[in-house]
Amino acid sequence: MEQPTDGNITIDGQEITDLNQKELRLSRQEIGMIFQHFNLLWSRTVRDNISLPLEIAGVPRVERLERVEELIKLVGLSGREDAYPSELSGGQKQRVGIARALANNPKVLLCDEATSALDPETTDSILKLLIDINKELGLTIILITHEMHVIRKICHRVAVMENGRVVEQGDVLDVFLHPKQQVTKKFVEQVMGDKEQDDAYEFLTTSYTTGKNIRLHFIGETTNQALISRVAKEFDVEINILQGKITQTQKGAYGTLVVNIDGENNELARAIEFIKSTSVEVEVAPNA
Amino acid sequence: MLNELFPNVKIADLWEATGETFYMTLIALTGTFVLGILLGLLLYLTSKGGLWQSKSLNLSVATVVNVFRAIPFIILILLLFPFTDFLVGTIRGPNAALPALIIGSAPFYGRLVEIGLREVDKGVIEAAKSMGAKTRTIIFKVLLPESMPALVSGITVTAIALIGYTAVAGVIGAGGLGDFAYYYGFQRRAFDVVFVCTVLIVIIVFIFQFIGDFITNKLDKR
Repeated sequence: MEQPTDGNITIDGQEITDLNQKELRLSRQEIGMIFQHFNLLWSRTVRDNISLPLEIAGVPRVERLERVEELIKLVGLSGREDAYPSELSGGQKQRVGIARALANNPKVLLCDEATSALDPETTDSILKLLIDINKELGLTIILITHEMHVIRKICHRVAVMENGRVVEQGDVLDVFLHPKQQVTKKFVEQVMGDKEQDDAYEFLTTSYTTGKNIRLHFIGETTNQALISRVAKEFDVEINILQGKITQTQKGAYGTLVVNIDGENNELARAIEFIKSTSVEVEVAPNA
Repeated sequence: MLNELFPNVKIADLWEATGETFYMTLIALTGTFVLGILLGLLLYLTSKGGLWQSKSLNLSVATVVNVFRAIPFIILILLLFPFTDFLVGTIRGPNAALPALIIGSAPFYGRLVEIGLREVDKGVIEAAKSMGAKTRTIIFKVLLPESMPALVSGITVTAIALIGYTAVAGVIGAGGLGDFAYYYGFQRRAFDVVFVCTVLIVIIVFIFQFIGDFITNKLDKR
């Protein structure tokens, strides 16, 4: 749609940037796209809207009707086939958009701020649908958004862009946990609430002066271990949970727990050593 | 009773004139619809950011449209005499009025079509492009259907202007109610004929407006 200023685009081994106009047009039939404002044709019913990309691709009528029926079931719009877009809610419209984008069995699904115009509850249901599609059809989904919780919920990998350039990329957990760029930190704060937490952390560490205040970073599957109770059982220490937040992401849970451990110095050091030996990251507050 | 009130009105002649008005309006309307949509599409597609963006083409079409819209209809008929003679073989009668009627109203309708097309959601066109649609597909499957209510209400407005034009064309002997009112009414000092013709034209206008509104409402699912 837009001419890139630099770089190249490869989809399924095919170099998109090298294609001529006609090839480019045909390759677009293999890319599904959904939009922030749905971009449905008001003059067509749900069924006819989903049918449009099939008409463009020249699919025969009978096949087209079958495929549309399938897609309507897939996105959960059964019974609304003959409704016009004006009679649908935002979430339903986006479902039509998704069905339309999937009609030609695309190799990749592009979502341009697909949930930005929806309320939180509807956003969740649309995201759930996208996860299902990703798992069931094994379809790559590229999602453009400024809503961090959307990334947290459904993405595996993330790339952060600023002024038209990718400034940071990697696994969602890695990027969320160790943001390097200023803009990434800003974004990550939104969903992790680190700033707010930091203020509280400071307050806590100054009010608990005995023992050690440590911050535990849970990454991925380690969250399922009963770490705290194991430490309490195996070592002769008192553990007081001061603050915590655990968030679910596609790659497992991510969370921080601030605890105060009190006990004999020896026991204390051993306990911390033990925690460090697990996959939980430990940060010991300096002033304790 | 009708004969007492309107002694000079001959029903058979009146019917014939009404038929001619309908004939001229409907044929000219069809021609205007096709030519106007062509002009409107050209104006829209060649405009800035359009699918066939072209400054020179846009300027030429716009100039033609503006020039023909600027010429008063009565003068346009006279100007087109040689063309009409060549095309229809006569410069009198309902058929001779058709070229002038179409050329006079198509540019006007073309502008209305252009406005209607501009109202089509850019996002929908983007979506069609993202599906790999050809320009022709975008025109027939997206642009025209999505602007149809505007196209229909535009043709309704144009139809009413056209009915007025057919009456003007009557002065050069095109037939129809305008002709009838002028020659059989005005020139013979039979004002009851003028009056009846006026009433009939108003009724015809109302009929067209009603049909146009009805179709527009039926089409609009927004």
